[in-house]
Amino acid sequence: MGRYFARRLVQSVVLFWIVTLVTFVIIRQAPGGPAILANPNLTKDQIVNLRGGVGLNDPLYRQYVRWVGHLMAGDLGVSFNEGVPVVELIAERLPNTLVLASAAFVIAVTAGMTLGILGAVKRNTWVDGLVSSVGVLNLSVPVFWLGIVLILIFAVELRWLPVGGMLQASQWSWLDLARHLVLPAIVAAGFLMANVMRFTRSSLLETLGQLYVTAARAMGLRERRVLLKYALRNAMLPVVTTIGLGTPQLFGGAAITETVFAWPGIGSLGINAARTGDFPVIMGITLFVSALVIVANLITDLSYVLLDPRVRLQ
Amino acid sequence: MTALNETDATASARGAPSPMLRAIRRFCGHRKGRVALALLVAIALAVAIGPVVYRSDPTKINLLNTMAQSNASHPLGTDENGRDVLARLLEGGRVSLLVGLAAMVIAVGLGVLLGATGGYFGGWVDQALVQVVDGAMAVPLFFLWLIFLTSVPPTLMTIILVIGCTSWMPTARIVRSEVLKARELEFVEAARSLGASHLRILLRHCLPQAISSIIVSSTLAAAFAILSESALSFLGIGIQPPQPSWGNMLTGAQEYLFTRPELAIYPGVAIVLLVLAFNLLGDALRDVLSPSG
Repeated sequence: MGRYFARRLVQSVVLFWIVTLVTFVIIRQAPGGPAILANPNLTKDQIVNLRGGVGLNDPLYRQYVRWVGHLMAGDLGVSFNEGVPVVELIAERLPNTLVLASAAFVIAVTAGMTLGILGAVKRNTWVDGLVSSVGVLNLSVPVFWLGIVLILIFAVELRWLPVGGMLQASQWSWLDLARHLVLPAIVAAGFLMANVMRFTRSSLLETLGQLYVTAARAMGLRERRVLLKYALRNAMLPVVTTIGLGTPQLFGGAAITETVFAWPGIGSLGINAARTGDFPVIMGITLFVSALVIVANLITDLSYVLLDPRVRLQ
Repeated sequence: MTALNETDATASARGAPSPMLRAIRRFCGHRKGRVALALLVAIALAVAIGPVVYRSDPTKINLLNTMAQSNASHPLGTDENGRDVLARLLEGGRVSLLVGLAAMVIAVGLGVLLGATGGYFGGWVDQALVQVVDGAMAVPLFFLWLIFLTSVPPTLMTIILVIGCTSWMPTARIVRSEVLKARELEFVEAARSLGASHLRILLRHCLPQAISSIIVSSTLAAAFAILSESALSFLGIGIQPPQPSWGNMLTGAQEYLFTRPELAIYPGVAIVLLVLAFNLLGDALRDVLSPSG
């Protein structure tokens, strides 16, 4: 257990290190040179001064080491567009993204698992067919278009919910937040939900065919107890993997969702930075989200150990 | 003697059709598969022949005729810049199909190459591959795409490369596990004892065992690539205007949801139909090609 944890920790750190390396190389290779020189407000003289001043004439590896040093100290540079440290921009918008992402996560997992269980228990009935269709459809609809369609139905036609944004300007209330959150959370949940559903269904079907399930039934246990106590827990393992593998997409999807709904999170900030060439912001956000996702994956893997005694033995 | 051989051949063909033939037959009896294939063929024909028959410049701006309702000269009306919507849909479909298929070829090519190498040789090569796949799947690639497409000009080529080079992991994973299994089969051992080269064993004996998995993951890779391109184009970092794509048509359309909602409907429905066709085709092929199915 301790050794497993240590190995996973090392893997995670190495992975993050590779992400910093890739990010650094991409930005360095950008036409027009390193990010700091891409600032359109600089004159030629300033650029020459800057090159020397920030050490761009140093060998590449020393530049990288220095950059990582700043990174460790929590310095992600200053935004071209806003003139504010990137860390401040992220900190300001991070809670909004976490609200959206966790709402989406809860919806994806609960709805996905419920529908998946329903599909498996009612196998080959119309319920199962409906569940499967919703799954395939969900995997085929682009996140942003689902957002547009829901806005069209619930905001433009029915006028039940707001078109976008997070809060009405004047007053803060939970109700207001919830009204703004409903549509984006459903949209951001879509892809993960479909995957959770498919895996729950197929994994539960497989477990229900196992001998110990038949044994439990033969002992005269009620079907509900067989399902919830014996089958479901074992069926959850592949689902946990799916959820873990889905976190990168959850954040990617949340970023697109934020843009469609004008949700003031770090995803829309990053996409906007990409559109306008604000390198420090897009780099900072990429590194930050990567770290977040890698940690989330680490936690998922460890929860695996708690779920499955067989993993504990290895 | 020859006659006898021929009857033998036909008899065996009638008695036990080749796996390929059996799969095709089963596919023809698969309703979902037929629907998916028909949908794909219809879309492919429409975007291939459409622009030849329906001659209207998809990039021609006419500011005197913006947001026109559908009429005789513009069957689906015009957009916010007075460009013909039908012409743009057809042209955008070409982009989507091209990106989908080209990125699929890259992704599946890389996936097969790496997966087969890892699965066949095993050892540290395999360990390295597993680590790389796990790592690449645990990183929010979407944000790395953002960085990359900010630092190089987003052209059709760069988008295909970016998507293709970052979506080979599922294929590699499946091919690896199939080849790993095939490596232990008896006829592979026989080939090895006959002195066949690694390349020959891999190509002739191991990879054919993985072919159905490769086909299925190809359709899913195409669906993924089309979705990704449309999202990037929608966000303004994919296909750049004036070149139309289903994704960037929706960027403009979102501004006019209250007045012309149909502008946001057409390209979206087109994307969903195309991606759905690939996904359903994948499902059908999985049913048809699996030995138990």
